[in-house]
Amino acid sequence: MIRVGIGEFKSAKAPAVISTLGLGSCVGICLWDEFTKVGGLAHIMLPDSNLSTTNNFNPGKFADTAIPLLIYDMEELGANRKRIIAKIAGGAQMFEIKSQMEMMKIGKRNVEAVRKALSQFNIKIVAEDVEGNFGRSIEFNCDTGLLTVKSVGRGIKII
Amino acid sequence: MYSNFELDVLKEIGNIGAGNAATALSIIISEKVLIKIPEVIILPFNEVIDVMKDPEGFVTGIFFRIEGELESNCVLIIPEKETKNLLKLLLKEDVKDLLTLNDMEQSALKEVGNILVSSFVSALSDFTKLNLKISVPSLALDMAAAILSFPLTIYGIMGDTALLLSTEFYGDSDGVLIDFYLIPDDDKSFKKLLKAIGVDIFDDDTSWNR
Repeated sequence: MIRVGIGEFKSAKAPAVISTLGLGSCVGICLWDEFTKVGGLAHIMLPDSNLSTTNNFNPGKFADTAIPLLIYDMEELGANRKRIIAKIAGGAQMFEIKSQMEMMKIGKRNVEAVRKALSQFNIKIVAEDVEGNFGRSIEFNCDTGLLTVKSVGRGIKII
Repeated sequence: MYSNFELDVLKEIGNIGAGNAATALSIIISEKVLIKIPEVIILPFNEVIDVMKDPEGFVTGIFFRIEGELESNCVLIIPEKETKNLLKLLLKEDVKDLLTLNDMEQSALKEVGNILVSSFVSALSDFTKLNLKISVPSLALDMAAAILSFPLTIYGIMGDTALLLSTEFYGDSDGVLIDFYLIPDDDKSFKKLLKAIGVDIFDDDTSWNR
């Protein structure tokens, strides 16, 4: 099992399983090339690198910078971007907060940014389990392309 | 980066807030409440989950936004078993399933959070003379890592490293355990705390991001 931390992305070949824990407002993006069985997972925290207050940042944190890098990473392992499909999970709003701060609704914005970044590469989202108000842990199987989503009290969902 | 001296001062500030909060909590649950020495945790985000006791554990999370002269977020994390114990202490009832809490049970938990965080923050405010106000509490019963990652995200706009002031509250029986996290919006918030109590900062503003 390959573990991806917050703001990280990793790619691997079958039979690898890539996982990430505790997606709240963060989004887990799983990419897969069925032909070469190369898969990748990114755990993004924020929608857009324009939000960054520093120039020197970890690109894995943002949807717009993590997705292209994950694609390049997968191409190194032999994937072809024309064949890549996506499954996404996360982007919840964990707390109901009455605040002026737009950032308090970050989950939804993360999901929108992920959709936008994927569409720029013409990558189709074939399955998703997003938004809501609960956390998720996910496991992506590079052999089958199946994404297992676990959440507290809601059982296991395979998409 | 913070110097060791500054980190010690931050821990001491945490201690003062936590001491006050422990006293308040002790009164409502009629049990002695002890605190561990606060820690300042500075870690790359991808390692944060590894320092949590049980990242996928089912917990109660109570979230507060702190605004005013110090912009930050506060989260209390209470494990499943201890949440049930707390509800028993407060409402004298046995709760089987935390996912189906009624309004009374939810508001009891929020109230515990409220008392703890407001006494923490008022001690902080008295000590630093900073004007601070807290939001109403917000409750989530969920995976610990998903709960903690939310306030970290806001900090993530500024840095690649998570910064948390963490304190553990525990009862003298083994029925109470609350993890308290104070997470600033950015590194200026903690620096403001230090400045407020007169710690001189020779800040070159390159911050301490690794």
